[in-house]
Amino acid sequence: MSGDSLTLSQHPDSLVDDWSDDKEAFHVPWGKVMMWIFLVSDTFIFSSFLIGYMNVRRTTTEPWPYPSEVFALELFGNNVPLILIAIMTFILITSSGTMALAVRYAHFKDKKKIFILMCATAAFGASFVGMQAFEWTKLISEGVRPWENPWGAPQFGSVFFMITGFHGLHVSCGVIYLLVVATKVLKGHYDVKGDYSIVEITGLYWHFVDLVWVFIFAFFYLW
Amino acid sequence: MENVETQQPVQAQEEGGQQHPIGVYLKVWILLFVLSFFSYMVDYFDFQGMLRWTLIITFMFLKAGFIVAVFMHMMWERMALITAILGPPLLLLFLIGFMISEGFYVFGTRVDYMGRPEVAERNHVVHEESNEGGAEETH
Repeated sequence: MSGDSLTLSQHPDSLVDDWSDDKEAFHVPWGKVMMWIFLVSDTFIFSSFLIGYMNVRRTTTEPWPYPSEVFALELFGNNVPLILIAIMTFILITSSGTMALAVRYAHFKDKKKIFILMCATAAFGASFVGMQAFEWTKLISEGVRPWENPWGAPQFGSVFFMITGFHGLHVSCGVIYLLVVATKVLKGHYDVKGDYSIVEITGLYWHFVDLVWVFIFAFFYLW
Repeated sequence: MENVETQQPVQAQEEGGQQHPIGVYLKVWILLFVLSFFSYMVDYFDFQGMLRWTLIITFMFLKAGFIVAVFMHMMWERMALITAILGPPLLLLFLIGFMISEGFYVFGTRVDYMGRPEVAERNHVVHEESNEGGAEETH
């Protein structure tokens, strides 16, 4: 944003300069480029799921269940719509914030702060997966299956289990990834080369998981 | 050749990850909370129809934009990296377009050949009526 070199590097002419460079095009650590390539391919996977969901919902002649009511919980005697999903959304955003701060402290190579913030992120992620397990248990006990459900279009179940399951898998992998990197940071593994870019790369993965949830929340739960 | 000079600071800056003032992160963090709260309110107050879809899409793109731009540092990357990442997913717009047109066609043939089901109204969900395996579910 600020600084002359940054505005230069964002000038369209720099695109030509970078790509005609004999050595490297992106001028970032190779691990970051690899993570971005993975995330772009993951974008296609999740997009295919969501577009498949759109197609299935568009083509079914049966009525689609109200997600707002399916995911309602009774709290203090009131039926609050979609409350569990709202809490899960806030938890994931909180974890994104702690991750962003961890990435910031990676610049100062502040090992303790990075470790604490990454562990906090992992803890929020784990509680997210826990709530998802609760949600799955509740829906399965109410008779939702990939091939049927009590409230309408049978495709609801297959879409729900596939999309949230795949996202939950990403969160679970992310929690493990975070804990591994956090431990290595604390042990001084990255001081050997003095290269802490792995924290930013882990952050990219984690923010991507949050990003996917933004789309799932909008299209599956709110639509 | 002049770009060699401009690249040095960027590369040096990458060693420990990018550095930006903490205020940017905190502001975006709060903003994401507010936007999520608004999109939940869309459901809580049960807005329907065009208003609902417009609000959902608006809040979704704002949130996604802030996450990618600030948390994922996209707004500070070089143009070469930005275009390499954001360009390819644009192809998905074609898939969306194809699937929408295909969807209308499949729905039409289903109605033509199989007819609409007797209950076309959306059913309201009643959690008290749990069936088969729901014996232990007491809510």
